[in-house]
Amino acid sequence: MNQPREQDVPPRLALAHISKSFPGVKANEDISLSVAPGEIHALLGENGAGKSTLVKIIYGVQQADEGTISWNGSPVAIPSPKAARKLGIGMVFQHFSLFDAMTVIENIALGLDEAVDREELKSQVAAILQSYSLPLDPEREVHTLSVGERQRIEIVRCLLQKPKLLIMDEPTSVLTPQEVERLFATLRQIAAEGCSILYISHKLHEIKALCDSATILRGGRVVATCDPKVETTRRMAELMIGAELRKIEHGQTKEAGAVRLAVSGLSLPGEPPFGTDLKGVSFEARAGEILGIAGVAGNGQAELLTALSGERLAAAPEAIRLDGRAVGLEGAGARRALGLSCVPEERNGHAAVPDFSLADNGVLTARHRLPLAPHGFISRGAVSRFADSVIKLFDVRTTGNGALARSLSGGNLQKFIMGREIGQQPAVLVVSQPTWGVDAGAAAAIRQELVDLAAKGSAVVVISQDLDELLELADRLCVINEGRLSAPRPVASLGIDEIGLMMGGIHGAGEQVGAAHA
Amino acid sequence: MLEWRRRREPSLPMLVLSPLIAIGLTMLTGMIVFTAIGYDGFHAVESIFLTPFLEPQRWADIGVKGAPLVMIALGLAIGFRANVWNIGAEGQYVMGAIAGTGVALLTYDMTGWWILPAMVLAGILGGMAWAAIPALLRVKLQVSEILTSLMLTYVAVQFLYFLVRGPWKDPGGFNFPQTRMFTADQTLPTVIEGSLVHLGIPVALLLAVVAWLLMEKTTAGYAVKVVGLAPAAARHGGFSAARTTWATMLLSGGLAGLAGLFEAAGPFGQLTPQFPVGYGFTAIIVAFLGRLHPLGIVFGGIVLAGTYVGGEIAQSTVRLPQAATGLFQAMLLFMLLAIDVLVRWQIGWKRRAA
Repeated sequence: MNQPREQDVPPRLALAHISKSFPGVKANEDISLSVAPGEIHALLGENGAGKSTLVKIIYGVQQADEGTISWNGSPVAIPSPKAARKLGIGMVFQHFSLFDAMTVIENIALGLDEAVDREELKSQVAAILQSYSLPLDPEREVHTLSVGERQRIEIVRCLLQKPKLLIMDEPTSVLTPQEVERLFATLRQIAAEGCSILYISHKLHEIKALCDSATILRGGRVVATCDPKVETTRRMAELMIGAELRKIEHGQTKEAGAVRLAVSGLSLPGEPPFGTDLKGVSFEARAGEILGIAGVAGNGQAELLTALSGERLAAAPEAIRLDGRAVGLEGAGARRALGLSCVPEERNGHAAVPDFSLADNGVLTARHRLPLAPHGFISRGAVSRFADSVIKLFDVRTTGNGALARSLSGGNLQKFIMGREIGQQPAVLVVSQPTWGVDAGAAAAIRQELVDLAAKGSAVVVISQDLDELLELADRLCVINEGRLSAPRPVASLGIDEIGLMMGGIHGAGEQVGAAHA
Repeated sequence: MLEWRRRREPSLPMLVLSPLIAIGLTMLTGMIVFTAIGYDGFHAVESIFLTPFLEPQRWADIGVKGAPLVMIALGLAIGFRANVWNIGAEGQYVMGAIAGTGVALLTYDMTGWWILPAMVLAGILGGMAWAAIPALLRVKLQVSEILTSLMLTYVAVQFLYFLVRGPWKDPGGFNFPQTRMFTADQTLPTVIEGSLVHLGIPVALLLAVVAWLLMEKTTAGYAVKVVGLAPAAARHGGFSAARTTWATMLLSGGLAGLAGLFEAAGPFGQLTPQFPVGYGFTAIIVAFLGRLHPLGIVFGGIVLAGTYVGGEIAQSTVRLPQAATGLFQAMLLFMLLAIDVLVRWQIGWKRRAA
């Protein structure tokens, strides 16, 4: 997809010496980059490297403290997203802004700057869907759509404005491999028509597959500009992280131990309005093993986690057994006391209380197994010591145990939460999306902790949408889809295509996948 | 251009200062408004906000009016921390007084040290029972406790009117709508001989300390805070929202009932139709003025008790109508809620794009 780059054509977008500070942190420092017309340009960096701030400046959400932005060769000011759209800049955010209870076309109409006649909008949308062969029904309500389909709404919304530059922020984080392929085809077509694309990601193989050039950010600065098709993945990763990559060390291949967690025929209605029913979920997790549960978001993962943690009770005690003991009707506290710990996907507000200090957040789930609150009285000393030990052992970067959970970056908070659970030596640890939104260094540390915990004889269940992570960690893998869990299979026997098809295929998108391959 | 900026962490100085700023703004606005409608605005504000605190002979009165406010506000504040909005403390206050008075009328011709404790117990249970209705409706049927607790207040007040005009009317009371006067064994002892200062005042202060310990040092207080701040995290941590709703409703109802009994067995010495003076509603302002913090509530109780006392002073000094007191109290709540935005946000000059 390389576009011919002529010397006399000015770049579509050129940033020169952009700097932006927030109280206490320099988010961007002296950043320069340029994107040619029709070029797919990667912006690569860990969480906290300054990618989001930079694109917010380009999209007019925030203003740079210093530096200039040039558009087609002439300097411009972009005071607002509306001004950005007027220039021809479109953006697809990582988190969609869609109304679940409204239809696709209604959502598109709501996102436009000017009121457009409904019938005309319909025909425009139909034309775009056809010319990019995007499968999407404009009359469907959004809550019935898969994540990939929702993303297409956002893309159509941008394409309606005939953009000259499209910014994609971490677009593949929740897509199946097949959906990723389809997205790439669309993006290549958009670029071939002359629209530049700024592609933000930390997934290196995607950037190699898609992008013409890459700017790598670290700590708010540009550390390198390279051609991802030539550069090795390992080299780019090292540039991004600024250190040698740590490899996960598995102990010796172990014999499967005793069954620690046994789930049989677990069914639970989803919570209204858009919950997924769990339908007869059965699996076993053994001492010393990591069981992976793959699946696209919204297929019952959240329901499975709350059913295991005891936040919602099963219909019968025997549905969940912990070390042989029936605990299906025990509450969250009792299960934790018996050794079943869970870490939900959402950190702020579910796994942790954002407005509490780290010390207080320790009390939330550690008070059952550790003497933090004997006789109902919270022991400040014990609470502080426990939080300090977690902070130290799990290398949580913070000002101390009095820091509010909300003030920590996603990765650091996740390290604290994982440390809080692992520090209690649970018999079984169930964790959802352990490294979601976590930078590569912290992610490697968290994965290593999971491997070590299993090596000590606990059973670990990892629910994740990140296949690379599951393939790296898990001994056996199953897939959750529309509330049903497939039989687990040893990871060694599975290919990524096969898992992808399991994930996407049973998701009700079977025909679409078929059509895509036709 | 000025703009709002979100603070990275809530500002502790603003948390403490905002009640004081709100009081200042209320005084200023009150002065302007009452001057505009033809009163002596300056002296009105002086009488309501300053005179009660500057004249030592008013202090006992402030204590007497502050005690029920503090007691009720302590319970309400704990509920508010858990997102349980008991707005009907006035009704629970009345029902507590009615239940305690019931015991008093039953033991009218008896003597013994046990009578007053029995009345206290009945008062607490009466308030709890009245608060149990909104709690049950909220937990079982998801009915908003804001509406039910508020509406039940009017039921309680009508019930009081019925009792003092009907079955509980004092046989020797010349047909006035009021109960018998309580006997010595049914009356709250005074703490300072020959003054109005009754047992309720030290009890209110003691309760503030207990409430502070409960919120800061116990798992129960922790549960209340988690349920209020992050319900999903509370569930994850094994705390029950339903149990917290029950506990905080019963606690706030019980404290309101206790305050009602103390008021009936103290300053009033009987039940009359004038008994409900709105302490249950004013306590909501006290709770917010005290930042829902037990020790802050003691401060808030003193300020609001002062406005009651000052309102009476202003009636004679500048002929302000009695309703003006409520007006100032409501204005204070509005100012406080408006100023509260500064705890999490700050105003600054908008930085121009480079």
